[in-house]
Amino acid sequence: MKDNRLTVNLAGLKLANPTMLASGILGYSAETLESIVAGGAGAVVTKSVGLKPRVGYANPTVVQVDCGLINAMGLPNPGIDAFVKEICQAKKVLNVPLIVSVYGFSEEEYAVVSKKAADAGADALELNVSCPHVKETGSEIGQKPEILSKVIKKVKATVDKPVFVKLSPNVTSIADIAEAAAKAGANALTAINTIKAMAIDPETAMPILGNKLGGLSGSAIKPIAVRCVYDIYERVKVPIIGCGGIASWRDAVEFFLAGASAVQIGTAIAIESSSVFRRVTRGLDAYLRRKGFRNVGEIVGLSHRC
Amino acid sequence: MDYHIVANKLRTTQIQSIKAETQTVKTFTFKDKLCAKAKPGQFLMLWVPGVDEIPLSILDAREDGSVAVAVKKVGEATSALHNKKAGEIIGVRGPFGNDFTAKKGKVLMVAGGTGVFPLLFLSRKIKPKATKLVFIAGAKTKEELFFIDEIERLCGKENVVASTEDGSYGIKCLASESLELLLCKEKFDMIYTCGPELMMRKVLNLAEKYEIALEASLERLMRCAIGLCGSCVIGKYRVCRDGPVFNSQQLLEVKAEFGKFKRDFDGRKISF
Repeated sequence: MKDNRLTVNLAGLKLANPTMLASGILGYSAETLESIVAGGAGAVVTKSVGLKPRVGYANPTVVQVDCGLINAMGLPNPGIDAFVKEICQAKKVLNVPLIVSVYGFSEEEYAVVSKKAADAGADALELNVSCPHVKETGSEIGQKPEILSKVIKKVKATVDKPVFVKLSPNVTSIADIAEAAAKAGANALTAINTIKAMAIDPETAMPILGNKLGGLSGSAIKPIAVRCVYDIYERVKVPIIGCGGIASWRDAVEFFLAGASAVQIGTAIAIESSSVFRRVTRGLDAYLRRKGFRNVGEIVGLSHRC
Repeated sequence: MDYHIVANKLRTTQIQSIKAETQTVKTFTFKDKLCAKAKPGQFLMLWVPGVDEIPLSILDAREDGSVAVAVKKVGEATSALHNKKAGEIIGVRGPFGNDFTAKKGKVLMVAGGTGVFPLLFLSRKIKPKATKLVFIAGAKTKEELFFIDEIERLCGKENVVASTEDGSYGIKCLASESLELLLCKEKFDMIYTCGPELMMRKVLNLAEKYEIALEASLERLMRCAIGLCGSCVIGKYRVCRDGPVFNSQQLLEVKAEFGKFKRDFDGRKISF
């Protein structure tokens, strides 16, 4: 019965439990994705992949602050043609849905990369329109509803797999952007990506990250992410995947109550390990049992009744 | 569990002293409470402000809070570091990763090039416990045979086998060839190795052939050092979190990659 309580149908994808690996964390290879699944994840999202290889930024690419991590990796990835092999390999060994995160510098690039990923076996695509630190992609696309709509429509016209759109919190109204994405055909929305941030070393007066600016993740952004999910749930009907500072079952429950149908975990893997997925899942299951719910879907958006 | 995060905070510290070991290697000493507790095999991330942050194996960690790293000038960050003077500021994160397990009995070190740094640290710690300590130091030339005088003092000259590829010091051969010659004659309880992965792959093969336990310290491209970014993965392992020290059993699990491929800055697999 335990399995039934946690199962989720996410835009057509069947998940044994509603926890997923967030994009950008590990996710280069089939073997590392396998180890995340062994830790209990119900689905995995790969590192963002683009048309061409990218080496990313110089170190430091990750800096720890009191309440989380700021990263500016710079989207390092081998490019879709090399990554296709990893997707094929991952499909052979994984028993959970594989979602490929895609970025591009134009709507055509998003579409080409999505097509190649889908043809290689990706169960869904997640469009990264929210990376806060790479010029001409990421949040530069996700902040403009017209361009975002074009990108989503182009990808939707090119692939027949579910398309998730990962939204940026670095906007005036995330609900407006979410509405534009849903209208353009997004099958689910992931909220949120990291928040623009920086860290400066007092001794040397130097910005610490190689790229100076980065994206903040971890417990600091959880309340912001919960608010974003809550706002989006009020405006759109497509499923929402909550992401931002989830490290315990309580964090996850908060996201479900705000309106998320699934959650993604990233930074907590550094604090703990991939076993964080199993711990969150078990706690969630115990919570649902204690409260008398038959399925996690029953608590999605529950706080909106109040 | 919190350990990784505690050690991960960037601290700035002054360089206390700099010693030129050879034309290409300098030893930098600085104070850092956390890294001063490091065990042989662990590494730290050293930030050269405004330039880069690089992983370095720890050469020494003392109770007075001082830490030493030996750095070979190979690229932009190491050159910038070589140009620094005592009193200048650097950043430090760590220590990260696991350490060598200190085995008693007859112990053999096999070092190649800069791989000597963590093994010298280990040798100092292990010497009082080991019944015998033999050190094979390999390098291209005499100039690249780092800390050889100290190793000879520590282990005794008769227990040091120096191999250079050009024959400018010791025997003219590869470290792995010196190893095979030694293993034909003598049995050891443990082999510790660090150096180029191709060399370590040969050392692993010999350790298997002669049925000797082995631990190897791996070097991969590292960015986050806390197991998130995936830059350093080898098979199912992350070198920064699951290593950098791996035993034979683990290395055999990743034998399709060990000594064959590593990942470049864009995550692509490239041959050694």
